[in-house]
Amino acid sequence: MKAIVCVKQVPDTSGKVAYKPDGTLDRASMDVVTNPDDLNALEAALTLKDETGCEVVVISMGPDPAEGMLRELLARGADRAILVSGREFGGSDTFATSQILAAAVNRVGLGPDDIVFCGRQAIDGDTAQVGPQIAEKLHLPQVSYAAEIKKDGNKLTVKRMLEDGFMMLSVETPCLITCIKELNQPRYMNIKGIFECYDKRIERFDYEALKDDPLIETDTIGLKGSPTNVFKAFTPPLKGAGAMLNGDDAAAKLASILAEKHLI
Amino acid sequence: MTDFSDYKGIWVFCEQRSGELMPTDFELVSEASRLAKEIGCKVTGVVLGNGMEAASKELGGYGADEVMVCDDPLLEVYTTDAYTKVLCDLVNEYKPEVLLMGATNIGRDLGPRCAARLHTGLTADATHLDVDTKEYIEFLRNASTIDVETVKLDEADRNLKMTRPAFGGHMMATIICPRFRPQMSTVRPGVMKRAAFDQAKADACQVIKPAFSITKEDIHVEVLSVEKAAKKMVDLIGANVVVSVGRGISKNVKEGLALAEKLADAMGGVVGASRAVVDAGWISSDHQVGQTGKTVHPKVYVALGISGAIQHVAGMQDSELIIAVNKNESAPIFGAADYGIVGDLFKVVPDLLKAIESERAAR
Ligand SMILES: Cc1cc2nc3c(=O)[nH]c(=O)nc-3n(C[C@H](O)[C@H](O)[C@H](O)COP(=O)(O)OP(=O)(O)OC[C@H]3O[C@@H](n4cnc5c(N)ncnc54)[C@H](O)[C@@H]3O)c2cc1C
Ligand SMILES: Cc1cc2nc3c(=O)[nH]c(=O)nc-3n(C[C@H](O)[C@H](O)[C@H](O)COP(=O)(O)OP(=O)(O)OC[C@H]3O[C@@H](n4cnc5c(N)ncnc54)[C@H](O)[C@@H]3O)c2cc1C
Repeated sequence: MKAIVCVKQVPDTSGKVAYKPDGTLDRASMDVVTNPDDLNALEAALTLKDETGCEVVVISMGPDPAEGMLRELLARGADRAILVSGREFGGSDTFATSQILAAAVNRVGLGPDDIVFCGRQAIDGDTAQVGPQIAEKLHLPQVSYAAEIKKDGNKLTVKRMLEDGFMMLSVETPCLITCIKELNQPRYMNIKGIFECYDKRIERFDYEALKDDPLIETDTIGLKGSPTNVFKAFTPPLKGAGAMLNGDDAAAKLASILAEKHLI
Repeated sequence: MTDFSDYKGIWVFCEQRSGELMPTDFELVSEASRLAKEIGCKVTGVVLGNGMEAASKELGGYGADEVMVCDDPLLEVYTTDAYTKVLCDLVNEYKPEVLLMGATNIGRDLGPRCAARLHTGLTADATHLDVDTKEYIEFLRNASTIDVETVKLDEADRNLKMTRPAFGGHMMATIICPRFRPQMSTVRPGVMKRAAFDQAKADACQVIKPAFSITKEDIHVEVLSVEKAAKKMVDLIGANVVVSVGRGISKNVKEGLALAEKLADAMGGVVGASRAVVDAGWISSDHQVGQTGKTVHPKVYVALGISGAIQHVAGMQDSELIIAVNKNESAPIFGAADYGIVGDLFKVVPDLLKAIESERAAR
């Protein structure tokens, strides 16, 4: 049995955000972090490993620096780490990304007891589309927004969150689950893991390694092939600063403005 | 260039829960009707459920020319497998040019699965849509820092231009899908304006019941139960006034919440919150405004003790009037506000409550 976890390295959008002179985001100068939801996905896999002794495989598509993140995930307890990297893959939209990741999962080999875990959403692209699209490409049943997972043999019972409540769902392996932060509390690296992660090799899948997979359509990967294109990217203008109301009677001034506008 | 002349019309997937259409459905149909005028085509609402025929005609009152209704016990409750199969089969048969759905927890499960099966692109969580290039340039003039005089765009371009926030609201991107059809987007709930309801149009709305097939064997995830949240959820999106609290209430959480409650009552509104307040467990998550909470655009938004992080501002910046109270005069929230008061909310709010009362008494 295997738990395969898809993990993305992302710029830290919660910290200082840097812009280039032309107003576009300066990704190069921003800190990178492991996508938060993906740590919950890894934790779900490691919990299964604690219970069943299964193998945990982490896969990330991205440029070379993602190796550092993968090594950290090994230190947290993953058994194998794979970096999917290649010039041909750059600029992929979610359709293309999911195709490449699905092919990578195929190459690892998906058995009848296996589960693929994704985060719900990456904090940079913010689409939450890659998980369900991998599931479709691999013909796997999917459960998104998982807040609780119980496993009994090949059957999983999953609590799937809705805006106004939740659903309890039952699904059998192999399947794909997307995880949210309510699912668990990700563990830290341990000393043993930190020592051992340097003995493990980070495997690499490049374009050559994946191109013969039937899921890879050479005309829908990368920047050129992606079905969606970024037509324009821009920054929203800041609203001009409003009026500051000062003095002891600030609240009274505000109330009379609201009354004038018929808002109270 | 591929020939798309077979693809016609705008479809809106209209989600129902427990047999009731969702508010987003009406917003989307209204928006689709606006776009249909730019394209010169029909709007079709697509409803999957069980016994939805009568309720679906209401969509006509907001701009749907027709509704396509698929009723089946296996469609009563949402499952990814059944909905994907039925919707994709219909799309392949009728070939709409555009397919929109609400970016709800269900739309964001169904949309990507369908796009992958239909072999087309999908824009996530759009907040603005255009077909006409001139309209798009006008939109850029107001919504971007781009100098539109320098922008050269092909006026004949009829691709759907789908604009969405990314990088946690730090950046906007307009997405197109030029090589495949349908052009698909999920659309953020609460953003598109609902049209005025027109009873005559609702009555005139045609109901189509297309042939479809769905069996138990198509469904690989079993629904054991659907639970509604025990407490009634706060209706942030529909509210005229939202009074939100932030970590600034921390020195007396109970009192801070009570003050927000009182102010909301006095102004006919509801209480919202920043994520910091939700994460601290002071209020339930249905109150959260922002990128990972709800997007609101009330007539008045009051931010009490909220710093104004971009992820929060992303969810309230389109409110008609924004008022901020913060003890730190350089808090970023003042940059988003129409009126700001620098001060301790535990003093300013009681003052404001009194002032509102005397304004009312004076009338
Ligand atoms: C401004 C901007 C807007 C965009 N808008 C769209 C759009 O509307 N539609 C579209 O199709 N594409 C869009 N893209 C492209 C999209 O961001 C990329 O395809 C990205 O690689 C994946 O999407 P995401 O970051 O939204 O991931 P999500 O779909 O949010 O990620 C969900 C989960 O999938 C897994 N995952 C995602 N990417 C990887 C990876 N590289 N390696 C391993 N696991 C991964 C992780 O488990 C993650 O938690 C946009 C890109 C930009 C820069
Ligand atoms: C991926 C991601 C998604 C996020 N999504 C959201 C989201 O959806 N919604 C959201 O809100 N946040 C979101 N956040 C969190 C966001 O970045 C901020 O951390 C959060 O909004 C801060 O909440 P706050 O303003 O209440 O708290 P703080 O930033 O701590 O601000 C408290 C403010 O209160 C003021 N204050 C203190 N005492 C008083 C007093 N007595 N009277 C008046 N003012 C006082 C202080 O001056 C300060 O400005 C997200 C973050 C990330 C990384």
